[in-house]
Amino acid sequence: MSYKFDFEFLAERWPDFVAGAWLTIQLTVASIALGFLVGTVCALARVYGGPVLRRIVGVYVEAIRNTPLLIQIFIVYFGLSSLGLKLSAEVSAIVALTVNMGAYTTEIMRAGIQSIQRTQLEAADCLGLTRLQTILHVVLLPAMERVYPALSSQFVLLMLASSITSQISAEELTATANLVQSDTYRSFEVYVIVAVVYLALSALYRFALWAIGLVLFERRRRLGTPL
Amino acid sequence: MIQLSSTHILYLIEAARWTVLLSLIAFAGGALVGLPLALMRVSRSKLLRGLASVYIQIVQGTPLLIVLFLSYFGLGILGYKLDPLVAAGISFTIYAAAFLGEIWRGCIEAVPKTQWEASDCLGLNPVQQYAYVILPQAVRIATPPTVGFMVQIVKNTSLASVIGFVELARAGQIVNNSTFEPFVIFAVVGAIYFAICYPLSVASRHLERKANAGR
Amino acid sequence: MPEGEAVVRVRDVIKEFGPLRVLDGVGFEVVRGQTVAIVGRSGSGKSTLLRCVAGLETIQGGEIEVCSHPVGRPGSAARAQLRRDVGMVFQSYNLFPHLTVERNITLALTLVKKQPREEAKKRAAEVLGLVGLTDKIGAYPEQLSGGQQQRVAIARSLALQPQVMLFDEVTSALDPELTAEVLGVMEDLAQRGMTMITVTHEMGFARRVADLVVFMHKGKVWEIGPTAELFANPRTAEFRQFVGSEL
Repeated sequence: MSYKFDFEFLAERWPDFVAGAWLTIQLTVASIALGFLVGTVCALARVYGGPVLRRIVGVYVEAIRNTPLLIQIFIVYFGLSSLGLKLSAEVSAIVALTVNMGAYTTEIMRAGIQSIQRTQLEAADCLGLTRLQTILHVVLLPAMERVYPALSSQFVLLMLASSITSQISAEELTATANLVQSDTYRSFEVYVIVAVVYLALSALYRFALWAIGLVLFERRRRLGTPL
Repeated sequence: MIQLSSTHILYLIEAARWTVLLSLIAFAGGALVGLPLALMRVSRSKLLRGLASVYIQIVQGTPLLIVLFLSYFGLGILGYKLDPLVAAGISFTIYAAAFLGEIWRGCIEAVPKTQWEASDCLGLNPVQQYAYVILPQAVRIATPPTVGFMVQIVKNTSLASVIGFVELARAGQIVNNSTFEPFVIFAVVGAIYFAICYPLSVASRHLERKANAGR
Repeated sequence: MPEGEAVVRVRDVIKEFGPLRVLDGVGFEVVRGQTVAIVGRSGSGKSTLLRCVAGLETIQGGEIEVCSHPVGRPGSAARAQLRRDVGMVFQSYNLFPHLTVERNITLALTLVKKQPREEAKKRAAEVLGLVGLTDKIGAYPEQLSGGQQQRVAIARSLALQPQVMLFDEVTSALDPELTAEVLGVMEDLAQRGMTMITVTHEMGFARRVADLVVFMHKGKVWEIGPTAELFANPRTAEFRQFVGSEL
């Protein structure tokens, strides 16, 4: 093999990679937060809502989970703009990722909410808690604790999937890589670098989610037992 | 403006055949590499367990898109012609193997320990234990999540479009370039993906319910 | 409300689950300070009756009044008031597993009664003292025995200062020793003058503590009367048989 690896471009271009990684973080943190919110509300609607609401949420979840994120991104970016709603690449990315995240979160949180026994709701009712107070204080936190591993995995998967937004030129990490490789012709090296950065980001996200879990789930932190 | 015609629709459906083919290649390759990975993950050898685990961690921590670029440009480095189908086949095999390996590991571990002990007491050697006792049971546990993962594979084949492979997503872009009706076209493309994926999702859920009811 | 007036009135209550009539014209009254034991075989409707009084079930006929407020009809505006008046303790404790003992007790105090956190904490310590679990204030439910969990559940209800306490087979899930400690707490409450309705299998407890015994059979009040009288002279064969089988 006569190929010589050459990482010299890094000396000049490393700030681009940092900027790209930073945008990836911003896009995905925003989408994860918004998507979690959407998904949790939809999961509550799916468990406690009326038949019409349950059906609407069901259609949303199935439509998203059975089509590629790439196509969802195209519909938001190219499709909506052709209908007159012009969004920037970054906003389109956040919208598409949020809608996608919301559907997966709905399914995960639904399982968590359904695992909370009816008797817990009755106990809260007998103590005089309103429906909303019951959901906030008795249902959501333990539901989230039960499905937190699945949620965390999904969050990391979303971070990795955000690379697909490079296809509408949101200038995140992968788009940066595409740009640098077309300038330098060191394609393989560029993607090796970016793969390593994504691995580091995955580790960072896992660590952050673990730390957030420690803060959120006080009982688990103190006893270390599953709920 | 050129209207979306039945020719375009036919073209998209034609391209969907490549999506299906690519999915089958990905699944076959993923299964071929994934099964040894799963067995390594539950093996008694610390080295094998560690190797499989490192492989899975790396692949699951890297975007599939980057794996695709690496395969595509890596082929060039090795002196081969840049062939999107080969690069896509390799990438999806690498990707599917990591996820299937992890799913199947869980299924093998879900077979009760007593089954190992019982077959051991009957004098079966480890290979016989796997072949006649453990794997047949693991397959039944593994079927619903495996069918579910096939949905992920089908959807992810859309990424092959970025290295120029003309499957359904790329075909959608091509049609869009001539008709400039992105909303309609990508909605149609999405619907075709849905038509492939939804039956798999339903089957996976159905199998899972059946498995739970049988317990 | 003057002494001696009924705190709970149940009249001709009908409760159906689909085609199944579980309560068929049930009625009784509970006077302030009284302890009532509802007994009967499983399936006799006794737990359903208690759940109706707690407002957890809607009824298809008759009336239930607690502290002069109607209960058991959907959309009843008096629901919030009912929650103020009635405390309920369940067979399965139903403590909130993700909260400490203290927070289990203060949750409703801060959210419903809008008490400041500090005041609620003082109240929690007070009621835990009443059930003898002051030292468990920082523990989580899973760290407690079943009997201790049930005593916390009683304290949690008690903290809200209800007019009436309802107990739904609260010792059925417990070993005999743990049963004794929970019954001890309840006996103590009865002596302090708490109005209580308890569905129970513990005939010894019913005989010793209850002022009034309601024997349920086939969804009806089969026999009702002051405890000593009823056990001394059972009028129906069913009650005689029931008492015999429980001994």
